[in-house]
Amino acid sequence: MELLIRNGFVFDPINGVNGEKMDIAVKDGKIVDKVNESRAKTIDATGMVVMPGGVDIHSHIAGGKVNAGRLLRPEDHFKDVERKTAVTRSGVGYSIPSTFTTGYRYARMGWTTVMDPAMPPLEAKHTHEELSDTPIIDKASYPLLGDWWFVLEYLRDGKIEECARHVAWMIKATKGYAIKVVNPGGLEAWGYGRNVESLDDPVPCFGITPREIIRGLCKVNKLLHLPHTIHLHTNNLGKPGNYLTALETMRCVEDLAENGKPVIHITHCQFCAFKGDDWRTFQSGAEEIANYVNAHSHVTLDMGQVIFTDTTTMTADGPFQYTLYTLTGNKWTNHDVETETSAGIVPFHYKRKSYVHATQWSIGLELALLIKDPWKIMMTTDHPNGGPFTAYPRIIAWLMSRKAREATLRKINPKARSRSLLPSISRELDFYEIAIVTRAGQAKALGLKNKGHLGVGADADIAIYNFNPETMDPAKNYRAVRRAFKRAAYTIKGGQVVVKDGEVLKHMDGATMWLDVQLCEPCEIELNENLKRRFKEYWTVEFENYPVSEDYLAVSHPIPVKADV
Amino acid sequence: MVEKHKLKVVLLTGRTIEQGVGKELGKITSEYAESVSVCYMDPEDMKKLDIKDGANVQVSTAFGSVVVKAKKSLRAPHPGVIYIPYGPWANVVVDPETHGIGMPTFKGVPATVEPAPDKPVLGLSELLKQQFGKG
Amino acid sequence: MPVVKAVSCPVCGSLCDDIELTIENGEVVKVKNGCAMCEAKFLSHRSEHRIRKPLIRKDGEFVETTLEEAIRRTAEILAEANYPVLYGWSNTSCEAISVGIELAEEVGGVIDNTAVVCHGPSLLSVQDMGIPSCTLGQIRHRADLIIYWGCDPWSAHPRHIERYTAFAEGRFEKSAWRGYMAKIRSLIGLKKIRSAAKRLVLKEPSEIEARLKPTFVPSIAREGRKLIVVDVRRTKTAEMADFFIQVEPGKDYELLQALRALVRDQELEVDHVAGVPVEYLEEVVDAMVSCDFGALFFGLGLTMGGAKLRNIDAALSLIRDLNMRTKFVIMPMRGHFNVTGANMVFTWQTGYPYAVDFSLGYPRYNPGETSVVDVLLRGESDAALVVASDPVSSFPRKAAEHLARNPLIYVGPHMDVTAQVADVVIPSAFVGIEAPGTAYRMDHVPIPLKKVVDPPEGVLPDEEILRRILSEVRKIKREKTKAEAA
Ligand code: SF4
Ligand SMILES: [Zn+2]
Repeated sequence: MELLIRNGFVFDPINGVNGEKMDIAVKDGKIVDKVNESRAKTIDATGMVVMPGGVDIHSHIAGGKVNAGRLLRPEDHFKDVERKTAVTRSGVGYSIPSTFTTGYRYARMGWTTVMDPAMPPLEAKHTHEELSDTPIIDKASYPLLGDWWFVLEYLRDGKIEECARHVAWMIKATKGYAIKVVNPGGLEAWGYGRNVESLDDPVPCFGITPREIIRGLCKVNKLLHLPHTIHLHTNNLGKPGNYLTALETMRCVEDLAENGKPVIHITHCQFCAFKGDDWRTFQSGAEEIANYVNAHSHVTLDMGQVIFTDTTTMTADGPFQYTLYTLTGNKWTNHDVETETSAGIVPFHYKRKSYVHATQWSIGLELALLIKDPWKIMMTTDHPNGGPFTAYPRIIAWLMSRKAREATLRKINPKARSRSLLPSISRELDFYEIAIVTRAGQAKALGLKNKGHLGVGADADIAIYNFNPETMDPAKNYRAVRRAFKRAAYTIKGGQVVVKDGEVLKHMDGATMWLDVQLCEPCEIELNENLKRRFKEYWTVEFENYPVSEDYLAVSHPIPVKADV
Repeated sequence: MVEKHKLKVVLLTGRTIEQGVGKELGKITSEYAESVSVCYMDPEDMKKLDIKDGANVQVSTAFGSVVVKAKKSLRAPHPGVIYIPYGPWANVVVDPETHGIGMPTFKGVPATVEPAPDKPVLGLSELLKQQFGKG
Repeated sequence: MPVVKAVSCPVCGSLCDDIELTIENGEVVKVKNGCAMCEAKFLSHRSEHRIRKPLIRKDGEFVETTLEEAIRRTAEILAEANYPVLYGWSNTSCEAISVGIELAEEVGGVIDNTAVVCHGPSLLSVQDMGIPSCTLGQIRHRADLIIYWGCDPWSAHPRHIERYTAFAEGRFEKSAWRGYMAKIRSLIGLKKIRSAAKRLVLKEPSEIEARLKPTFVPSIAREGRKLIVVDVRRTKTAEMADFFIQVEPGKDYELLQALRALVRDQELEVDHVAGVPVEYLEEVVDAMVSCDFGALFFGLGLTMGGAKLRNIDAALSLIRDLNMRTKFVIMPMRGHFNVTGANMVFTWQTGYPYAVDFSLGYPRYNPGETSVVDVLLRGESDAALVVASDPVSSFPRKAAEHLARNPLIYVGPHMDVTAQVADVVIPSAFVGIEAPGTAYRMDHVPIPLKKVVDPPEGVLPDEEILRRILSEVRKIKREKTKAEAA
């Protein structure tokens, strides 16, 4: 099928296109040079913004933890339902939407690629079953590897290459996309209800420190040539004073960087940019983090923006979630996974009038605005931790419009307002920068060659928004910006029009991407024998029942990677 | 408690390994029927009713009445408590009320037990015919 | 003879995945590593009680029919119904359940799974306060205190103790098997041990003999794992316990609240609670707060009797309290092998674990109203599809009566009680023996099910049968809209 998108204002930062009026041609699901104009279906994008489909580097949309959240919160769904239509399945929202609804809601906003950032390897099949039930969007998931016993043991013994081979096996076995590390060492300690407090706090029973885990996995990542860096949720997340831990974490891998390329991604950075000794003296540490990031090139971040709403927090950080439970007294679900990781879930309501919550809101935006290079910071809410992904249009408006920020500032806790850096920041992102922080930068950080841009050969994932940058100023008309991003005029996925005027036109499967890591030596057999032996000791399932077969992926999209080991 | 050979008890229903194996073998087998048309009783209670292992007894609750075979419990002592494995016989006498949460009361239903030497324990298809008119 | 290894057992929620089957002439002839229930299932898949041909009731009697006819009739019943119930799902694959939900959505019915009559109250409690839990391996590696409350794994989950808890070998905690052996040897003698060992299916007889040799360790002096059982009866599991607490029927709630008070260092002003001396409870609480990692498993003894929901609320609260002192987890003992999977798929597709009503075009959930027993007791349903379950043998008579009154379709492998009162019976393959799929263990770990032999000729898996019903329903609806338009 051929498609021609005419006359839109195109924002394609990877190819340096900044709002030029041009046509985009599509054939067989890819962007092409030109199409036969008489045969092609035409979309008139005159007066509209055309961008690559949105890419989300970090959003909890599938798997055991997300589903435990859905189970935990019927009250979250009652108020937000989706009726079955002739083409779509029914479902529910709000902060933890059911799978079909998740796919539709992303597509309605013009997002076409989403990364689920926390897959417990033992339960990887579950993550993939849900991803396969998440329609339209392409997706992938990061296995949690930072507290896997194999990693702890090999890194403790200094066996980096051995560790790399096992990590490669694990990524293939779980059909994963990147190395996810959450509160390194802390999750193993949580097995007995404990935690680690600093980068040099030894992990109980394992004789290794968080610093060694982070550095070790950074090296492993390089040996394996994975397209993304290690994806790290820092130690001490959610604790006052933790911006120091975040800075130290970034510093601890400085020497591992080469050619100015990133080696670490600090995720939902807002949650680890807290200054102060306790909740009373709590303050923003965004400036210090931004200063460091502005001076260094080995790190990328995503925001983890907070939205004032009732949401559901869920991370693999068991001890953090426990703390949140003791702070709030709310419902609390915990789920430790043998040999690998943990998870916790606590409902949470961010309130405008709370000093801490309002400051958190400010920190996320301060980070995005103070970090000068938009390629280093990506827009996320750490869905649903800071708020549901459906709040993206509001965040875009805050980023593009000082007026929008001020409107919210007026309504928040006065102490938080008076301490916020936002009133002093005049920066307003333009559509080009928005395209970077919502798609191009994310695709680049993920190493997704065919996503996040509209160059010839790219996947024809395209979003068209009804906003005319020639006649309207987004900084002034921020409500129109919000409306435009909430309901895309068109969403095109793999060359097919899936959304028009915010309505889903068809239910179709998206692909699940995973890394087919190829090791250079034929060491598979040896590896398998070693694994088999230890399986019985470490896990309660049999070796051959552990890996996720490709049958679990509705559409499997392996990406070959050649490793150095 | 004994009033003319009638004993007031608390009825529990639940799993047994025999029922578990029986259900995997298939539910029209006589093994299955025999494994679930029984009532486990405390030996002291059986003495009170003057019945022997394997005697027919009638178990009645506010919701129904069913004849099953009394069996000496290996899990005694539990005076005043009788136990019928999950199955169609137990269902005749459990409390259907879900108290607004979707779940009937399968355990702890007040019941009476009395000897029923003249009444037969129905087979599965007879029981279904009697209860549902189908089967 | 071909031997298939690492087969998952499609019987109980323990989902042991280390079964070895010997296959001969397309039949399972030998089962290794499984318990008695596992053996019974694998060896009976070819029993004479299998249904081989679809049946339709005509003039009160079953007559054989073709699959096409049975599916057409099923689709007609469902398409015509205003408020059908679709019930069962705990003994089939997640893949089949997924199609079942789509079918329920298409016909605007109520879909419910067997959790409604087992751990429904547990799920409601979890929705009230959450649940601190973990996977079973975590317990195997770390738990030094294990409590079974209102459940008898020896009978209902025979390998649970051996694989995951007291008798399993973990990284940080060793099996309590030797201590237990010593204890019963001194108590009962060798003969009973052998039969106990056989029940637990611990590998080869020679291995059992070898395990009987170790020196005597009295269980009281024993370090390491401790096992506590709370039940109304002295169950088989209770006989193995270090502490057995015999609670009076219906008094679990009082007992749990008493334990909570003791955990919070409050004095009890009575000598006995629920028939148990308070001193004994104090000892138990000491063991609870001083362990490094405790695990409480609870069964239908808590969910089905007495205070039901309040029991589970109290148990969850107790575990929340204990987590202020040490690490403690809690887990329901799920019965059918894929009842957990049914809850999972329901939840990710509809937001709710069971009792989902699609009559308004979107998922609605209100147990007590949208739960199947209540729908039946109110006499509201006008058709029923039962898949992979036997409600007539598990529902109270009044509910079963209405079910039998509805046009009733049964899809399943053998002539269950429900099949016998059904109007259409469609035979299906045994999932996990004759059809592959996925199931979820009680701790939410997904386990693949294998197809090891072919189903009887002409017999399809549930998933395929449901797909055909769904497409037939859609066809009938299309025909109807066309006819109405004309
Ligand atoms: S314990 Fe359960 S899963 Fe394991 S073999 Fe026995 S019946 Fe099967
Ligand atoms: Zn996250």
